[in-house]
Amino acid sequence: MSEATGEANVIPGSGGTSDAYNIEGRRTPETRPVIPLGQKTYDGEAQPRMGFFTDTSVCIGCKACQVACKEWNDVPDTIGELTGNSYDNTGELGADDWRHVAFIEQRKEVFVQQEAGLGTPAIEGEPDFRWLMSSDVCKHCTNAPCLDVCPTGSLFRTEFGTVVVQDDICNGCGYCVPACPFGVLDRREGDGRVWKCTMCYDRQKDGMEPACAQACPTDSIQYGPLEELREKANGRLEMLVEAGATDAHLYGADEEEYGMGAFFLLLDAPEVYRLPPDPEVVSRKFKSLWGSAAVAAGCMVAGVAASFLGGGR
Amino acid sequence: MSEEKYYQPVHSASQQGARPDGRGWVGEVPEEVARSYYGHPVLKEPTWTWEVPWYLFAGGMAGASSAFSLAARLLGNEKVSRAALYTALGGATASPVLLIMDLGRPERFYMMLRVMKPTSPMSLGTWILTAFGITTGLSVVSDLLGVFKGAGRVTHVLSAVLGPALSTYTAVLISDSSIPVWHGARRELPFVFAASSMASAGAAAAILAPVEDAGPARRLAVGGAVAELVLTGVMKRRLGKLLAEPYEKEKAGRYEKVARVLTGTGAALMVLAGRKSRLASVAAGALVLAGAAAERWSVFEAGFQSARDPKYTVMPQRERLRDRDGANGARDR
Repeated sequence: MSEATGEANVIPGSGGTSDAYNIEGRRTPETRPVIPLGQKTYDGEAQPRMGFFTDTSVCIGCKACQVACKEWNDVPDTIGELTGNSYDNTGELGADDWRHVAFIEQRKEVFVQQEAGLGTPAIEGEPDFRWLMSSDVCKHCTNAPCLDVCPTGSLFRTEFGTVVVQDDICNGCGYCVPACPFGVLDRREGDGRVWKCTMCYDRQKDGMEPACAQACPTDSIQYGPLEELREKANGRLEMLVEAGATDAHLYGADEEEYGMGAFFLLLDAPEVYRLPPDPEVVSRKFKSLWGSAAVAAGCMVAGVAASFLGGGR
Repeated sequence: MSEEKYYQPVHSASQQGARPDGRGWVGEVPEEVARSYYGHPVLKEPTWTWEVPWYLFAGGMAGASSAFSLAARLLGNEKVSRAALYTALGGATASPVLLIMDLGRPERFYMMLRVMKPTSPMSLGTWILTAFGITTGLSVVSDLLGVFKGAGRVTHVLSAVLGPALSTYTAVLISDSSIPVWHGARRELPFVFAASSMASAGAAAAILAPVEDAGPARRLAVGGAVAELVLTGVMKRRLGKLLAEPYEKEKAGRYEKVARVLTGTGAALMVLAGRKSRLASVAAGALVLAGAAAERWSVFEAGFQSARDPKYTVMPQRERLRDRDGANGARDR
């Protein structure tokens, strides 16, 4: 896109001219070399794994991330009913909700949280009320079960270390849906294919941050090289713990437990936010998965043979 | 605990789980209560519909039938061999149709054929089913027309080798997922499916072949049926009290009961009257087949039920965290 087409084709915020709207003047699509993770590019720079750090302690529940995501990615609207679950009328992540802000109302002494300078709102005369908010998103797992089980190769690992569905290949087999330990992926009604967060792959390629991160007014959603984000998150956690928020903890920041490209700072147990407390890479247990199937197949051969023990008839 | 004055017990069970250093959440929540986000499931239920359990049934039956057919041919029982081979072809024909119908974009089924991916049981299964369908089909053509007999024997052998793989890989297919009752039973499910497939193959051949030839078919049906009943019990026991629960209630529970009754009755009838009358043999075979189908439906529905309730996701993971933490000695509270 370095070449200007001469027309006024500037898309606001795209950081340059684009011939996206100029059908006649359209050239072959930009062919950008795919650089494997960590490998040096032609500029001599390595492409680090990129990620999200969602610091829920500063989330104010504005849902700007949800709106920005839908706008940028052209995700169909989902105007549902009022759920009555605090301010959450989205419910959960899905094919048409790639960001989801959770709202949790708790009867709990907020003294500690306020001391720690957290923005959790307390209501006058209600000293034991706290409101947790958290913007959930696809975790872009280090070992992603959805990616492992996808039979068409539609799901792939990008040069940014993220996991993306190619909509021109997905045939809607739905295998990734139950594979995901977080219930992120889903098939879109009336479309038949699976859709999920791409971490704004198109924006990343142009060196921009994803729409949700850019829209977030409190920097609860931070985007950057994963290594840097982890460092940052550890610093933030230390600060909170020191200030007395002993229930603060990082979720998904530890590569040893379950590596996530999008990780969180939470103020309560993961399941309270609709996150599994101990997710597993279900698709990498080859031995227990295939081993017993092989033995069972052997038993079947033996069983069939045994049925002829009494003779051929 | 000094924190107690800050964290009132009204809604604060979770507080006990925080590590003092803020390094994680170790989970000493009350054992019976799983916390959740407004009761929302953590997982998504599969998008799969009725085609999938019928495929599990049809594919399983076809795979076992093919192996059974070859064994019968080797031992000179042509009638049973032919009955089983046609059953295999029937299953191998129905299976891809069912699977393609279940896709969100059926017209794109061929996208399955652009890769062969060892980490994806569905990809491997696609190739197993494709190869099985072709070899079984060619065997039937050769048998029907009486042409290319040598090649027909080769394809028959290949089909018989692929058969057991086709019957058992489907267990890997569903257990390679985050669905608690499927993934939790990944070691047992292949055996359940293998037994159920043998029962189906035996029953189908007992229906199609004359009584005097169908001895092996009856034995396979009865042996498979008994194994199916026993192994389903083993699977549920090894899933543990919590994860066996979906098999006890709602749709999965009903299918499970129906499966037990049908399979048990069918096997009993087969033993008592199968060799005496064709009618009894057909009835018994039909019962065993229906039982096997109900068993697949039970497993299928149990998966959905276990995904729907967050406790089946959260509680086993909590338990795992507790065990791991205990083993590490990270906590001595």
